[in-house]
Amino acid sequence: MTIPVLDARGVSKVFRTGVLGGRHAVALEPVSLWLGGGPSTVTAVAGESGSGKTTLARLLLGIIPPTAGAVLYSGADLRALRGREKTAFRKDVQAIFQDPFEVYNPFYRADRVLWTAARKFQLAPPGAARRELIEQALRAVGLRPDETLGRYPHQLSGGQRQRIMVARALMLRPRVIIADEPVSMIDASLRATILDALGRQARALDISVVYITHDLATAYQISETILVLYRGATVECGDVELVITQPQHPYTQLLVRSIPQPAPGASWAASEPAPADGAGGAAGGCRFADRCPHVMPICHRREPPLFRTADRRAVACFLYADAPEAAPSEVASLTSGPRDLAAGSAAAAPDVAEGSGSR
Amino acid sequence: MTAPLLDVQDLRVHYGRSDGAVRAVDGLTFFVREGEKFGLAGESGCGKSTSALAFLGLLRSPGRVVGGRILLDGVDLTRLSEQELRQLRFARISLVPQGAMNSLNPVMRVRDQIADTIAAHEPRVRRADAAVRVGALLESVGLRREVARLYPHELSGGMKQRVCIAMAIALRPRIIIADEPTSALDVVVQRQVLQTLDDVQRRLGAAVILVGHDMGVMAQFVDRIGIMYAGTLVEIGPVAEVFAEPLHPYTRLLIASLPSLGGKRELRGIPGLPPSLVSPPPGCRFQPRCPWAMDRCAARAPEAAEVRPGHWVSCFLHEAAR
Repeated sequence: MTIPVLDARGVSKVFRTGVLGGRHAVALEPVSLWLGGGPSTVTAVAGESGSGKTTLARLLLGIIPPTAGAVLYSGADLRALRGREKTAFRKDVQAIFQDPFEVYNPFYRADRVLWTAARKFQLAPPGAARRELIEQALRAVGLRPDETLGRYPHQLSGGQRQRIMVARALMLRPRVIIADEPVSMIDASLRATILDALGRQARALDISVVYITHDLATAYQISETILVLYRGATVECGDVELVITQPQHPYTQLLVRSIPQPAPGASWAASEPAPADGAGGAAGGCRFADRCPHVMPICHRREPPLFRTADRRAVACFLYADAPEAAPSEVASLTSGPRDLAAGSAAAAPDVAEGSGSR
Repeated sequence: MTAPLLDVQDLRVHYGRSDGAVRAVDGLTFFVREGEKFGLAGESGCGKSTSALAFLGLLRSPGRVVGGRILLDGVDLTRLSEQELRQLRFARISLVPQGAMNSLNPVMRVRDQIADTIAAHEPRVRRADAAVRVGALLESVGLRREVARLYPHELSGGMKQRVCIAMAIALRPRIIIADEPTSALDVVVQRQVLQTLDDVQRRLGAAVILVGHDMGVMAQFVDRIGIMYAGTLVEIGPVAEVFAEPLHPYTRLLIASLPSLGGKRELRGIPGLPPSLVSPPPGCRFQPRCPWAMDRCAARAPEAAEVRPGHWVSCFLHEAAR
């Protein structure tokens, strides 16, 4: 039985601001996710700005420590990784970030990111073999090595630069890739090319991908499962086909309706009663309550838990309170794709719900 | 049919001089009718934003108009002095900018910024009258009057963009240029802002040129669309017709690359890269990437032809249809 490469157990993040950290803002309510270790799965994490999706990416990458809960890498807490384990983590879990401009040092040739990674992780013997590996990695994402190698970042387009980062991530043969808005600064015609290359290669190499995005249309196209975040809380998760084509949470419904579809005459123009800039639901209640057309008294009093409305989905809304509540391990299995076999092994690991209790 | 309100004829804008010039806009021809919503769509570097700046006379060195005409109600904007242009801006032609964050003055209250715009064109307006108008303008874009007292940092992204719309319509212009007005906003807010823009243009009877790369937004907002590629328009037509039956290979591939929610399918981008604008390829600019390219596509550039009523395309594939 395999255990997940990354096992997020009720990770949450609270940022403290103000003098002496007196004010705090909940950036992310507890999230449980299993990534890698099974067949390749693409999990989308979708949400608007301020939804906590980038915070989740940073927690999964160990860039920031969680306030509660833990992220385990092959069973060990990320915060405790040292030496060889840490190096293994850095190879097994790769990141692709939004901005294909900022990750490059303008004074070095762009392909330096490939050579450095190949050397550091000793991917191939130096010389011809290493060059061949790099050229292969570039071709896999649709780049021509002769047009790319030796160029400086400013001589390449944004799309080329981002594809080099995808090539780098894939070249390391990781088990998980965390891609945080990888194509949001890229033109539509190239977006498709990059996402297609990423998805295709991930499947071929058995890499699981977390695709963090605000774009539900691409999320729908490339992922199998999805987690929709709203102001730091998971509002809906599960099978992407169900969540996008039959959204249950009023927020997901609003989001799906708001997507400008590339089809004139779609119902986009229908008027929307939602207030323009709501200040957020009252503390302790549902965060969407102030914008929700179906709001009920209970929504202001209690935060809705995730209800398991169907086999492959869960939704945090009291409209579905008849359904059973979903335990964190169930939520994790919903987002980890077609991998129910692994559920048994991970649930058997000690105290899965540990993180969520300490809120 | 009414005469065009804005008539752009063979517009050419270059950055820099002589041989090394970037030909950002290279022979742009289209018109916009009174009260219509026209989309100028294309990907980064196609010249759409440069064109928008040219329409407003806001090009800055090293960019300059090197050829063609921009007729607004018959007056060629490229021949006007800066002084004359300043009088037209906001009054006849106005701009909703891309980054509302950067276009509002951070140390001025919303009220004063809009009132300044009014006062610049109507020097004798009384302060109290201007204040009443500011309140009405804010309400017309779906904001509360009290927003007038606020500073830009107190506003959300969507509110700032509405303030920019209010400012753009303050002097009841005939045409509004909206340059990617919602590209920095979340989808829900994006829809609200575009509905606001739709609403004010309808009430004002103004024309709108929506400049952008988001084909979904174009499909939902505009009446007619022009597709730009490497500095020129490759296709112009009624938006429903262009999406249902794109004629130019670039338009066809671009639309095919868009992800939709109507069923999963393979994502397919357009192979290759847009050409250099310093030394563009001979003939049709799309020819090096075009799966249907023929020998003559590299020999000379196809001219725009009206293949169907109001539907223009620059491609030899449709020559027979003329």
